[in-house]
Amino acid sequence: MTTAKVPAPARAAARRRPFNWRRAGAWALVVLAVAVSVLPFYWILRTALSTNGSLAGNATNLLPADFNLGAFKRVFGLQSPEEAVAEGGSGAQIDFWIYLRNSALFATITTIGAVFFSAMAAYAFARLRWRGRNLVFSLFLATMMVPPIFTALPNFLLIKNLGLLNTLAGLVLPYIFMTPFAIFFLRQFFLNMSREVEEAAMLDGAKHVRIFFQIILPNAAAPIATLALLTFIGQWNEYFWPLLVGQEESIRVLTVGLGVFKSQSPQGAPDWSGLMAATLVSALPVLILFAVFGKKIVNSIGFSGIK
Amino acid sequence: MTTLTRNASPAEHAVRRPLKRRGQSDLKIALFFIAPAMIGFIVFYLVPTLRGIYLSFTEYSILGDPTWIGTANYEAIAKDPLFWNALAVTSQYVLINIVLQTALALGLALLMHRVAKSTWIRGALLLPYLMANVIAALLWFWLLDYQIGIVNYFIESIGLPKVAFFGSEEWAIPTQALINTWRHMGYTALLLFAGLQSIPHHVYEVANLDGASPWQTFRKITVPLLRPVLVLVLIVTVIGSFQVFDTVAVTTLGGPVNASRVLQFYIYQKAFTESDFGYGSALAVILFVILALVAFIQMKFLKGNESDLD
Repeated sequence: MTTAKVPAPARAAARRRPFNWRRAGAWALVVLAVAVSVLPFYWILRTALSTNGSLAGNATNLLPADFNLGAFKRVFGLQSPEEAVAEGGSGAQIDFWIYLRNSALFATITTIGAVFFSAMAAYAFARLRWRGRNLVFSLFLATMMVPPIFTALPNFLLIKNLGLLNTLAGLVLPYIFMTPFAIFFLRQFFLNMSREVEEAAMLDGAKHVRIFFQIILPNAAAPIATLALLTFIGQWNEYFWPLLVGQEESIRVLTVGLGVFKSQSPQGAPDWSGLMAATLVSALPVLILFAVFGKKIVNSIGFSGIK
Repeated sequence: MTTLTRNASPAEHAVRRPLKRRGQSDLKIALFFIAPAMIGFIVFYLVPTLRGIYLSFTEYSILGDPTWIGTANYEAIAKDPLFWNALAVTSQYVLINIVLQTALALGLALLMHRVAKSTWIRGALLLPYLMANVIAALLWFWLLDYQIGIVNYFIESIGLPKVAFFGSEEWAIPTQALINTWRHMGYTALLLFAGLQSIPHHVYEVANLDGASPWQTFRKITVPLLRPVLVLVLIVTVIGSFQVFDTVAVTTLGGPVNASRVLQFYIYQKAFTESDFGYGSALAVILFVILALVAFIQMKFLKGNESDLD
């Protein structure tokens, strides 16, 4: 804070000074914030690699208590019910492979559909001239204000009436055509793209469809990838809609499966290591995406929030 | 490419050029491009919104047909102690979130701006935000466990009594709010950080020349110039907080007693556990109205659209 008061040359001097209490205090706060954000994830791993029986006696041991992979075997249904009960599991059949597959399908299909169709709409809003364009766009934008639960109730009825409860189609349909956010996000980019290449293509006789596929999409590859990444993570984490529509074992996604897994814990002593192993399995894809595209995700936040 | 058009911003450019170029409209091709999104918009946003409002005036148990009962649902809600409790509980949750999250995030944003601009640190702070609510809930369900949770172990080791974070009426909501704050703190900080970076440096230099203290600089320059972002952050936080569901649904299920039965969970229970869709829809309309009012009031009072910079 003091740096703001000191004139520029003195500030440079302050930066060279070997030790500065204020700065050290500020750094300590930064480290604390990072620790609070990150350390809980280590605790998931540590618990997942422990056995339930040993957890109670070693509450603060930083390393796994009685290291073993039983919890992960339990999660993937590789343990017999007897073994599972012996290790503190519920013994009920649960197979996270199915949920993992469902989550992957749900998140991938909705992401591809929403990003592609939203890109088409964004092109129409940003690059084409037609009557009512602004009116329709503001209508689309207004839907960002409607709370998801409000449309979830009637949408549930619609999916039920169509006989699509507990089907992949039922899960996917409300998201696949567009999301208002995606349209808004891409329109911003399309508006700022240069017209020159597009015009050259027009002179060569290219039609809009070709321009969209061969000029707009390739030139907007970076924002489209970012949007796809954010959409995928959001869909992977979605809970409410899959809870309503995908309750059967065969169509459950990971978030819903996690809730079921938790509620199956025996009374009194939950299967903590199993629960944390399941949590880790569910978080893994996002953790991997984050490890690979971390910088992209971080840098996109400033943009997505404030246009 | 005449000199005239060169001054136009890219956005204006994109809008104006075709106007001059070709008189005709692109309506046909635009309809083609917008068709899928339009279907999604009408079927899954527009019609459900209207249908939700209609259903709120009916009695509907999913099995039969909805019967029109006028404002009976709303009259019942006005006399429903569980609704008022849910509203109170939700407001408590929202309040803790706004204060805690905004204060912590602003602090973090200032730290990132002045001390540590590293992408690594920003990434670390963003990590909780990328996790599902369900995962954050289960993780803290374990960390805050009364018996063998690590947090209670620390609380005990410094000589304080253990806290039944999820099991006591006074802690149920603050605990949910703390989990949410943990998850969103870094994200909110990043939004504010982006806002801080857009404040031009020379404004601060002028303040320095005038001999402003750091606190004065913060109050008179940083906060006012950050206002558009702050308003956005507040709106996002409040609207998000009013719709808390996932954490409650996997931890306390509204309990103990009604201590954490937030509005959205109450709507869910009415519609899906008790099959009272009309009543649930009416509750959802009320939530909708509350959110719209909140956004409107915040925009109005905090003058979110204007920046002091221009």
